[in-house]
Amino acid sequence: MIKIENLCRDWNEFQIDHVNLDIKTGEYFVILGPSGSGKTLLLELIAGIWQVDSGDIYMDGENVTWTPLEKRGVGFVYQNYMLFPHKTVFENIAFGLNMRKVDKKEVKERVDNMMKLLSIDHLAHRLPRTLSGGEQQRTALARALIINPRVLLMDEPLSALDRKTRDGLTHEMKELHQKFNITMIHVTHNFDEALSLADRIAIMKEGKISQVGDTTEIFRHPKDKFVADFVGVENIIKGVASKYREKLTVIDTENISIYTTEQIVGPVHVTVRPEDIILSNKKVETSARNVFEGKITEISDNGAIIKLTIDVGEPIIVFLTRQSFIDMELNIGSHVWTYFKATAVHAF
Amino acid sequence: MRKLDYTTIFFILMGSFLFFFVLIPIVNLIVSANPEVLLSNLQDQEVVSALFLSIYCALAATIIALLCGVPLAYLLARHDFWGKGFVESVIDVPLVIPHTVTGIILLLVFNPGGIFGAPLSHIGLTFNDAIPGIIVAMLFASSPFVVNSSREGFESVDPRMEKVARTLGSGSLKTFFIITLPLALRNVVVGSIMCWARAISEFGAIVILAYYPTTAPILIYRRFVDFGLTESIPVAVLLISVCLILFLIVRLLISGWKTYDKD
Repeated sequence: MIKIENLCRDWNEFQIDHVNLDIKTGEYFVILGPSGSGKTLLLELIAGIWQVDSGDIYMDGENVTWTPLEKRGVGFVYQNYMLFPHKTVFENIAFGLNMRKVDKKEVKERVDNMMKLLSIDHLAHRLPRTLSGGEQQRTALARALIINPRVLLMDEPLSALDRKTRDGLTHEMKELHQKFNITMIHVTHNFDEALSLADRIAIMKEGKISQVGDTTEIFRHPKDKFVADFVGVENIIKGVASKYREKLTVIDTENISIYTTEQIVGPVHVTVRPEDIILSNKKVETSARNVFEGKITEISDNGAIIKLTIDVGEPIIVFLTRQSFIDMELNIGSHVWTYFKATAVHAF
Repeated sequence: MRKLDYTTIFFILMGSFLFFFVLIPIVNLIVSANPEVLLSNLQDQEVVSALFLSIYCALAATIIALLCGVPLAYLLARHDFWGKGFVESVIDVPLVIPHTVTGIILLLVFNPGGIFGAPLSHIGLTFNDAIPGIIVAMLFASSPFVVNSSREGFESVDPRMEKVARTLGSGSLKTFFIITLPLALRNVVVGSIMCWARAISEFGAIVILAYYPTTAPILIYRRFVDFGLTESIPVAVLLISVCLILFLIVRLLISGWKTYDKD
């Protein structure tokens, strides 16, 4: 749907260096990278906000590299939303339709529908400065979506929001993606966001794409140290969360059940930091809620720290000091018990 | 009451000298004018036409400054280019050179044999002792206010907002008129009124380039030279009132204009 070939652009301290991407129709595509990696610039190049130095951009098979941005039919949402401060919520959302000289009655109808869909219909006559961050973000999304763009480009759309609002909107963006069946490209430095939203992720570093793949691929098999360090997780498991009882959620991974104190339901990813996992040779009484028996499948010696992979139904990575490793007399195939608290489990 | 420390007291003392140094002469001038004489001056054809000429020519100069200065301000706010510093300096030069020098500079190019004056005289425009001469003198001296203030306004509008408007289907010129200009309008208007007030006050350049027809500052000067202080005061009071009213409007606009990002 969107094909990017050998895209290059130098701009101040940022540069895009021979980027190639192939984004499928209807895909939720996340570009993940640290700040300064050029990911915003890449997004702006796709939108046509800047011109490329070399390379080509295709949308639906059409070469749009030199198409002016107002003719490209993309929606763009910035981190700070960039709502027009002198226009009301209604006028902001109606802007794209008015530019297309859509009939007044139809504009009203479509804007009203869009506002209802994003539950901001009660804000129609308010000016942007009177809105909360979440409300501004919804308005910005509505304004971009109403023109039925070929692709919705979003630059750190959730970063300016507080945790709670962000979680709510993340969920909603997933729904919007399905409802509109629209191709989305989302740029972020936050890997939680990438995990919960992306169909596929591209990791970007210093203007280059270093890896593209679905979430499991990226997090389980980082191609190089940069990706591994950047995504920064050892244990990442997919599952479905449901309420177990008051203040406790259970996540079913099909092989094991993991408990967490975080309140969440639906399909999730679970992470546990290796240093939060305790290992023992035999079963012990403990207050930890997550107790799994498993076999060591891999041992890698990193000097003072030994990294063990234990198959408990899902692969779990545990770190041990060299001394404990020797004391416990562990080998590949050894039976061990792993313990970790429900509070150590992060689900998103 | 809060106790003030000695530095604050000292600074208040020093600062108030300057404040009263400006305030007292202005107030003194206004109160020293006899209302009856003021009224009779308002009926004096010479005074009225001089005031009207000043206001009218200054308005024309301001409109020209707007038409050319706003696009220039936008360019300076949005683009970095080779020689930008030079362009900025040139725009500000009228602020730092003596206005009599401005008059001489303009006389050289706008006299009927000058590089601007010669071609323009073919289409019937003369500048020596003529209204166009007054207007160019005013334009030269006052245009920096429009450029600098508008530029500040454009710089306060995030360029990404324009980009978003364009992704929504608005062309670049249209975006300028419906997004950027409305958001920078306060600065453009403030700059224009400052330019207008400054143009009304212009004397130095006009006295050299276009002594006739008589503008208000020239009339004050002539009355002072020909008849002395008392004769020049009423015209001075009338002129300063016009300028102060314009200035007051500027202050009100600055404090009262609704800016959309603040309450």
